[in-house]
Amino acid sequence: MKEEINVRLTGEAGQGIVAAGTIFCRMCRDSGRHVFAIQDYMSRIRGGNNFFQVRASSRPVYAPREKADIIIALDKEAVEANRGALAPGGALVLDAAVFGVDAGGEGVLDVPLYAIARECGGPIYANAAALGALTALVCADFEDAARAINREFGSKGGEVAASNVKAARKGFDFVSAGARSCAFPLASAPHRRDCLIAGNEALALGVISAGCKFYSAYPMSPSTGIMNTVADYAARYGIIVEQAEDEIAAVNMAVGASFAGARAMTGSSGGGFALMCEGVSLAAMTETPVVIAVVMRPGPATGFPTRTAQEDLEFVLHAGHGEFARAVYAPGSPEECFLAAKRAFNTAERFQVPALILSDQHLAESFVNIEFPDQKAEPPDRGRIAGPDHKEPRYAWSADGVSPRIFPGRPGPPAAADSDEHGPEGHITESAADRMKMTRKRLHLKMAGLAKEVLEPVVVNPGSPVMLCGFGSTLGVLREVCAALPGTGFVHFPQVWPFPSEAALAALNGAKRVLTVEGNATGQLARLIRRETGLEPDGSILKYDGRPFTLDGVLAELKGGGHGA
Amino acid sequence: MEPKDFDSSDPVAWCPGCGNFGIQGALKTALARLGRDPRDILLVSGIGQAAKSPHYVKAGFFNGLHGRSLPAAAAAKMVNRDLTVIVTTGDGDCYGEGGNHFIHNLRRNVDITVIVHDNQIYGLTKGQASPTSQPGMKTRIQPAGVAAAPFPPLETALTLGCGFVARGYSAEKDHLAELILAGIAHKGFSLIDVFQPCVSFNKLNTYDWFTKRVYKVGADHDAADRAAATRLAEERERLPIGVIYSKEGPSYGELSGTDALEPPARASVEGIDIGPALADFR
Repeated sequence: MKEEINVRLTGEAGQGIVAAGTIFCRMCRDSGRHVFAIQDYMSRIRGGNNFFQVRASSRPVYAPREKADIIIALDKEAVEANRGALAPGGALVLDAAVFGVDAGGEGVLDVPLYAIARECGGPIYANAAALGALTALVCADFEDAARAINREFGSKGGEVAASNVKAARKGFDFVSAGARSCAFPLASAPHRRDCLIAGNEALALGVISAGCKFYSAYPMSPSTGIMNTVADYAARYGIIVEQAEDEIAAVNMAVGASFAGARAMTGSSGGGFALMCEGVSLAAMTETPVVIAVVMRPGPATGFPTRTAQEDLEFVLHAGHGEFARAVYAPGSPEECFLAAKRAFNTAERFQVPALILSDQHLAESFVNIEFPDQKAEPPDRGRIAGPDHKEPRYAWSADGVSPRIFPGRPGPPAAADSDEHGPEGHITESAADRMKMTRKRLHLKMAGLAKEVLEPVVVNPGSPVMLCGFGSTLGVLREVCAALPGTGFVHFPQVWPFPSEAALAALNGAKRVLTVEGNATGQLARLIRRETGLEPDGSILKYDGRPFTLDGVLAELKGGGHGA
Repeated sequence: MEPKDFDSSDPVAWCPGCGNFGIQGALKTALARLGRDPRDILLVSGIGQAAKSPHYVKAGFFNGLHGRSLPAAAAAKMVNRDLTVIVTTGDGDCYGEGGNHFIHNLRRNVDITVIVHDNQIYGLTKGQASPTSQPGMKTRIQPAGVAAAPFPPLETALTLGCGFVARGYSAEKDHLAELILAGIAHKGFSLIDVFQPCVSFNKLNTYDWFTKRVYKVGADHDAADRAAATRLAEERERLPIGVIYSKEGPSYGELSGTDALEPPARASVEGIDIGPALADFR
């Protein structure tokens, strides 16, 4: 039995590799295996070469590997584009006759995927035939595959599901009858983690759980998944999801809805968030809570629309003109995404500030099976809201900077908000004294309050000679690297602003080498650590090719690169 | 109620003789006739001289960013449909900086009333051309005269299916107050473009200039007739004021189903069970 295998399904956009990959993930999950699946795709709807890669294991897995034990190619281009990723002894499943490639090549397992598909109704079923072949290779029970297929296609009617099951069965039978049947038998896990979910989806569930009632956004990869998932459940939970005409509208709508009394948020990626920056500043100036998810992709400008990066850390820390208080979360797993969303709403409302959630394509769109966190965690706390007997104006002075919000349509003084500098009533002022007082309120007092409630860094193997540091989506790979490499520990920052300086110093002082691991070209986290703690990291392992860190990649850097322990 | 019930304590910062005073008076008259508690009124603005208007009226107000009054106003109404939401904006704020929001909120048809103080010039930044400036108008920035064609707000609104299109004149206060009341009563996006002389910077479109050209739409105009409305909107020599077009269609709240929701601004955020959603991931 193998403890883990890595499977890559590849083809052009539109061939159903995500559907087949998702079904395989569910099969593994349902039969007690752990999975971590990444999506690598081009910015196009049809054609090109994409892959969906599933790492299945008998123990929890959190990061991708470089090499695949099984590669299933659904077209000729996929064969050439992915052959180099085949692990020694691996199987490259292809349809030699249809693709016009050599059936006797290294590792090749020739399966008549398209002949099977045609028998079952057409070439669209080639992915199902491939799934059947895969089921036989990993020695899984065909009934597991049939059940997962029926669940995936059940809503499309019995015929579609039946044709998919039929194609899968033929693929399964073909491989089962050959020499490589059960060539990659996968061990089961002792216990099951039943929730198969991606970061965007978990974040959206956190948004719903937090009581968000208004989500406005303009579609932009890879943030759209949050809006999609919130929209899927909007009717059930009484949420307005509005597609804005642009990101400027999106953020101003969220601020307007929040001002009127609803928990509200928006989300985008770098370019769209760039358009929102004035709105971030507006939320701060008017002390209107707003939550903004920034799901990073490589820039500058349009960059790599469907790929991953951690380039916008410094951008998000500084986004918006003027000086004001904010909180920035950087969850590293679907569990942390769920909790960060709930936390962000509470922080935004309790301190009446913008609360930002920094994610990236790798975290947003990679599937992992988890035990879903307790949904009662981080219960809603709306902070100070004026009651019926409230008499003070909206921006009345408060010792901790936070004065009760007044919603329009409620008893008490009129609701007020002004993007100009203002006095206590919210009216425009030119007074130097008001200016000083309001700056102290908006910035200094609120930052002091926020700093008392920063999420603690996750520290693993404290006191190790080599301490790695990361934020956001690197959590998974850091976890695995430190489990694999003795003498290595890590610090993961699920909140990067306010920066937890004391906790960082406590975790890093005494280490022989401190290295950051970041998905950017300049070491932005290293700079932040130096700026906020005075501790100068010894180096950084950087990746800025648009692809996620892999376990093998980081291990190789540590063992062989200039950063070596 | 009386207009003075809507008096604000905030001192006014407009130039003496500004057309904004007439609009301000008409707005307070309309609100007094409407008779709602000032707390149930929400005035929303962006930036510009017109955008200071909410400070000078006792009601709830949101004075946001330049050009962004409409998204904030629409969202506030979406989450609390019990509010009377009125936008006080200018030609630069609404048709220039916020032009995209103007276009798409006409399409969205949220039940808000939008009063555009249209003085055909930028006042707060001291006399540059606005989207509605007359071609040929000379400014420090446009010494050879404005070259771009003027933005046609009424025709744009009609083209995009706006159900209430009106034009007022700040010197015709009572007439304007009635237009504002009719706009508030209309369920959907109501546009009231208001001619407003800028006494400091616009030396072309003065009170005299308007008084010679403006006329009130006659009782014989059928405001539900789009073709007739379009003819009025296209007039350039004489300038009609009044309700140009009025025909109610389904609003955002009806079409999107959000009118059937408990107003999100008042919905509880406690004890939400995500179990049914989570089941899809298990």
